[in-house]
Amino acid sequence: MNVIEVQGLHKSYADIKAVDGIDLTISQGEIFALLGPNGAGKTTTVEILEGFRKADSGSISVLGFDPSQRGVQSRIWRNRIGIVLQSTADAGDLTVQETLSHFAKYYSSPRDVDEVINSVGLDEKRGALIRTLSGGQRRRLDVGLGIIGSPELLFLDEPTTGFDPEARRAFWALIQSLRKGGTTILLTTHYLDEAEALADRVAVITRGKILEVSTPTQLGGRASAKARIQWKSDGVIHEELSDNPTDVVRRLASQFPGEIPELQVVRPSLEDIYLSMIGEK
Amino acid sequence: MSKTKSLPTTIALGVARGGLEIRQFMRQRESVVFTLAFPIILLAIFGSVFKTTLAEGVTFSQYFVAGMIASGLVNTGFQQLAIIIPMEREFGSLKRLRGTPMHVASYFIGKSILVFVSMTIQVLLLLAAGIIFFGVELPTDPYKWLTFTWLIVLGSAASTALGIAFAAVPKSGRGASAVVSPVVIILQFFSGVFFVFTDLPGWMQQVAALFPLKWMTQGMRSVFLPDSFAAREVAGSWETERTFIILLAWLIAGVFLAIRSFKWSRD
Repeated sequence: MNVIEVQGLHKSYADIKAVDGIDLTISQGEIFALLGPNGAGKTTTVEILEGFRKADSGSISVLGFDPSQRGVQSRIWRNRIGIVLQSTADAGDLTVQETLSHFAKYYSSPRDVDEVINSVGLDEKRGALIRTLSGGQRRRLDVGLGIIGSPELLFLDEPTTGFDPEARRAFWALIQSLRKGGTTILLTTHYLDEAEALADRVAVITRGKILEVSTPTQLGGRASAKARIQWKSDGVIHEELSDNPTDVVRRLASQFPGEIPELQVVRPSLEDIYLSMIGEK
Repeated sequence: MSKTKSLPTTIALGVARGGLEIRQFMRQRESVVFTLAFPIILLAIFGSVFKTTLAEGVTFSQYFVAGMIASGLVNTGFQQLAIIIPMEREFGSLKRLRGTPMHVASYFIGKSILVFVSMTIQVLLLLAAGIIFFGVELPTDPYKWLTFTWLIVLGSAASTALGIAFAAVPKSGRGASAVVSPVVIILQFFSGVFFVFTDLPGWMQQVAALFPLKWMTQGMRSVFLPDSFAAREVAGSWETERTFIILLAWLIAGVFLAIRSFKWSRD
């Protein structure tokens, strides 16, 4: 079953085409990442899917519903989704526990508040006022508010911006555990390692268009890309590109009596592929 | 995942939001001081400086207390909301609410509860200060209490609706106070809060008569000043029916404008 189906999505602001013909299909239980530079149209696309913006044209179905519709149906639909916006900085005069307990009231079948506090790692901050939380802790509260209604579909807009590496790992574990529970997740991110660690499929988007949709390991022909083998002999660095790097290494091993000097076998990273796709390299 | 249970009702969520709003309000020292204590300080200053007697048994301080109670409806409704809502919009709290199944009406109900509670506290504080320090007497005529009740309900409802409507005007959250406060202060000067209304230039009186505060102050005077003072009003009477109609008209206009102009986010 497809949770999100989008065809021919267009959205312009004045004479700028923010989204210029996007097709997208995301199936149930999938973690799907939208990658792209700033201004590529990621946030506009996501905000249309979240029902915050109206598309100029295109057919959109999110959980079988057109997000731009209003009324009771829209509220029943919102009961089934969770949204973590890019930035929210409320005045913060409520505690973590109070805020989550309050938001839990909005939904028909909310998750247990203590369980959510625990899963976003805020146990020790349960009674703390939001204004006293660090940036990363606030972000985790944002995620807690996004999942409190036990959503079938969760939108995460650049969720780990400003996290330290440890907090990011913990966050990734949280997202993976949500997926195990069957939640479909649409993620936008700047971080290639994040997309690689989490996403089943990624879409690269620039100038309002999708360049490619693929798995992180196959994006841009990454899986079949030639490996670069590099070594040193007679004081010079040699380099060879090959589809069969093992053969090259075997050959080199027979040439050198011992260790092959400064041997490296490198496949293009997701970042290399991505940068070449968006034309930065 | 099936969601068999139905969504909570708009009213129940509105009440829950009201409780939350009050809790937040009480924790913000600035808002408590600015909204609740400032009018009391003003009352203390003006009441002590201007000790003139306006008419038989009516001092300026009593006249001023009536005006400040009317202003309290504007401070806790219009001013408070027209400052808070743009801030909530800028911080993204409104957009986050927009993403939940909560109905917008629950948000408005919560804000109305906040206004009603802070308004009640403010009016009680001003009344207590007026009685203790400035010789204001509570009316004994039940008809005057009736007037007081509808003035409070209608005035504060109109003030709430107009505050939500005016919240669309400030361009940023931080700048909201600079846009809203002067509007309120000028209105207070024009409407006979700081000065005796009939002493103001005629054009000022005519401008003030277009806005609700002038009618609220006049209504509050009809409650707290002796009836003999009615002769000193512009029309030579309290114009009670007219006040009712004008406040009702502003309430209807306010609700209409609030619904038309309310925005969850800035773009």
